[in-house]
Amino acid sequence: MGSIYRTLSPRALRPRASRTPGPTGPGPTGPAPTGPAPTGPAPTGPALPGPALAGGVRRDIAMALLAVWLVGLSYGAIAVASGFPLWFPAAQSVLVLAGASEFLFIGIVAAGGNPIAAALAGLLVNARHLPYGLALPDVLGTGWRRILGAHVMNDESVVFALAQDDPPAKRAAFWTCGLGVVICWPGGAIMGALIGTAVRDTSALGLDAMFPAVILALIVPALRDRPTRRAALAGAVIALAATPWLPPGLPVLLALGALLLLIRRRPAPKPEQPTP
Amino acid sequence: MKDTTLLIAGMATLSAGTLAFRLSGPLLRKRLTFPPWAEKLLEAAAVILLAALVATTALTEGHAFVGPARPVGVLVGGILAWRKAPFLVVILAAAATTAILRLLGVP
Repeated sequence: MGSIYRTLSPRALRPRASRTPGPTGPGPTGPAPTGPAPTGPAPTGPALPGPALAGGVRRDIAMALLAVWLVGLSYGAIAVASGFPLWFPAAQSVLVLAGASEFLFIGIVAAGGNPIAAALAGLLVNARHLPYGLALPDVLGTGWRRILGAHVMNDESVVFALAQDDPPAKRAAFWTCGLGVVICWPGGAIMGALIGTAVRDTSALGLDAMFPAVILALIVPALRDRPTRRAALAGAVIALAATPWLPPGLPVLLALGALLLLIRRRPAPKPEQPTP
Repeated sequence: MKDTTLLIAGMATLSAGTLAFRLSGPLLRKRLTFPPWAEKLLEAAAVILLAALVATTALTEGHAFVGPARPVGVLVGGILAWRKAPFLVVILAAAATTAILRLLGVP
C-alpha cells in the first residue's frame, strides 16, 4: 500500500528533470523487430490491465480504489445531509471526478457561498492537475483516448503510473486505477447519497472526519520535508485565522501566502548547506 | 437550497475548468520546461493548499470551531499516516474515533 503515500511527494512529481531528450517509447522507427514479438503488449492505447501489472501492484490499486469508494460514500452522504438533491453529487462525481474540489464546492455552497465562487475555489484546488500532467509519462495515447485519459488523471492514477518501471506497466497502472476511480468514486457517491437520505444523522458515523484524514494522508510524505512542512503549517494557520472573517473558500486561497516562506529562503545561502 | 440553474452553472464551470487543467499538462509537456525551482514551488503550493483544506475542514464548520470530535479523529488518522499505516486503516480509524467520541457525547 506504500505507493499511495508518494502522492505529491516532490520526487514523484519530478521525473521530468532527469528525462533524456530523444524518442521515447517503443516506436515503429526503432530497431526492426525480428520475428514475432512474443510478449510485447500493443504500444498504444489503454491497457490490457492484466499481464503488465504485478500482483502486488494490482492489490495496492484495489486498496486505493476501496478507499476512494469509502470517501465517495462520505461525500454523497455529506452532500445530501447539507441539503443538496440526490442527483447533484451523482452528476458532479462523474463530471468533475476530483474529490477535494467537490467537497470544497459542496462545503462553500452549503455555507451560503455563491456556486460560481465555489467553482473557482475548486478550480484552484484542481490546478495541481496541471503539474501532474507535466510529470506524467506519455500514457494517455491520442484522440479520444487522450481526452478520456486526461479526465481519469487524478491523485491515485498519477501516483501508480509514476511508481511503475517500464512504459507498458505505467500505462496499465494508470488506466486500471483511472478507470477504477471512474467507477468507484461516483458509485460510492451515489450509494452515500442514498444512505444519507435514509440515515438522518450521518455525523454520528464520523464520516465528516474521513475527508480531511484522506487529504492529510496524501500530503504526509511531502510534509516530511522540513521547509515544506513549515510552509504548510503556516498556510494552515493563515486559513484558520481567516475563517471567521472571510467568505468560505477564500481562507484556503490566502494560505498560498505561506509560499513567501519558501521564496525568501531560496536565494539566501543556508548555513547548514554543505559546500560541494 | 440554492437556485438550481446557478448550481448547474457552478458544476459546469468546475468540470470544464478541471478538464482544461488535466488536458493542458500533457499538451504543455511537449513544449515547455519549468526551471526546477518553479516546479518545486508549484508542488509546494499544492501541498500548502491541501494542508489549509485539511485544517479548515477538520477544525471549522461555517465560520466557527466545529467541536473536538472531528479534529481528534483527523489527528488520529494523521498520526497513523505519519507512522506509515495503510491508507484504509488511516481513514477508518479517523471515522471510528470521531464516531466513538460522538457516541460518548463529545460534540
